[in-house]
Amino acid sequence: MLYLSADGRHPVRFTLNGRYVEGEAEPRLLLTDFLRHEIGATGTHVGCEHGVCGACTVRVDGLVVRACLVYAVQVDGCRVDTIEGMADGDELNDLQLAFQRHHALQCGFCTPGILMSLSQLVEEEPHADGSRVREVLSGHLCRCTGYYGMVAAVMEVLAARRKAKNV
Amino acid sequence: MKPAAFDYARPDTMDEAFDLLEHHGNDAQILAGGQSLAAMLNMRLASPRILVDITRIEALRTVGTFDGAVDVGATVTQDRLLRWPGLTTQPLLTTVLPWIGHPQTRQRGTVCGSLAHGDPSSELPLVLATLGGRVILSNAKRTRTLSAAKFQTGAMRTALEPGEMIVSARFPTAQEGQVYRFHEVSPRRGDFAIVAVAVVADSEGVTVGVGGVADTPSVRRIEWLETDAFTDAMNEFAWDLHATNDVHATAETRRGLVRRLGAKLIEEARDALSLC
Ligand code: FES
Ligand code: FES
Repeated sequence: MLYLSADGRHPVRFTLNGRYVEGEAEPRLLLTDFLRHEIGATGTHVGCEHGVCGACTVRVDGLVVRACLVYAVQVDGCRVDTIEGMADGDELNDLQLAFQRHHALQCGFCTPGILMSLSQLVEEEPHADGSRVREVLSGHLCRCTGYYGMVAAVMEVLAARRKAKNV
Repeated sequence: MKPAAFDYARPDTMDEAFDLLEHHGNDAQILAGGQSLAAMLNMRLASPRILVDITRIEALRTVGTFDGAVDVGATVTQDRLLRWPGLTTQPLLTTVLPWIGHPQTRQRGTVCGSLAHGDPSSELPLVLATLGGRVILSNAKRTRTLSAAKFQTGAMRTALEPGEMIVSARFPTAQEGQVYRFHEVSPRRGDFAIVAVAVVADSEGVTVGVGGVADTPSVRRIEWLETDAFTDAMNEFAWDLHATNDVHATAETRRGLVRRLGAKLIEEARDALSLC
């Protein structure tokens, strides 16, 4: 059994975007703060800090979760994926490029979380329709752009990926 | 905001978990998906001295049919249950699960955690109560089974005692000739329900469950007496819930929703029954 005391800092290690990372965390440290302050990966944003806005969305072992509702010590040994892992160097991926083309972002505060949710959708549900895309987007708040361009961008990516794979 | 400091324990077995819960009593809080708990901790609405993370206990991860019910282990997420192929044995769950929160919260939020949280407006306590389901609770020494009505004792209150935890929840599987309906009204999809209604109908009558109005889900059985008797019955039901005014809706709105949603779902279920 693992037992970590409240006042101590404890080692936390996991795979972040395919790279091994480690740091130290008190039990109460949120995964958002661990990523941003301990690791310096500031791509994951923090909006409400109580699970409502979706800005902090990341993937843990492939699942899409709110990083502000997860403690860093809980993901020890897991695979964590964040927005920093999406582009290949300077090459944006298809979803990011579609967002750009469709003006699916303005300030970009909500965008990293939204892209993480959508990355799962386009991977797992090649035949998702507009209403399913909207359902996934309902877990995110965007305060400046609106969601129309995002839906258009995802639909385009889904169609292009289906065509490429011939499904 | 940030949570107050707490110790974090992650037992690997039930026995280790029971030891911790027994030793720490009221200071301990069980952590599973954390979709309600972590938010409450962040807002400092709660500050337990120790969190007992049960997510790595193998025995709590199972879902299956057992004893005429869908048996959902304590750490099974709402999303996992929704994707479980055996869920066809209880269509009401298939209908209701997508209404809970958002895809993102369902991938971490657990079924039993939602029952333990006991929010008056949440869907799973309503489904459990309407189906006449049960909750299995254990501590270091004994296991007991409580009906939904005995388990949830009030708004955010349950019969869970210090040292005890939910092992699983049992949702009775569908019986031949039953028809299910569910709907809820909330300002936006995924928000807390202002009124939620679940209906189970069979050849003799209909069981109606209402959530979001009273402190706990309320369930009532209405027999098919005469064609329109159920509209009066729903009216009576709506008044008996003692709805109150809050920022989301007035008591009058809530009563109206109970009446109209109830009558609509009952009618739909009755029509579906006459077809089968
Ligand atoms: S910061 Fe996590 S959901 Fe808003
Ligand atoms: S682009 Fe500004 S909040 Fe979404």
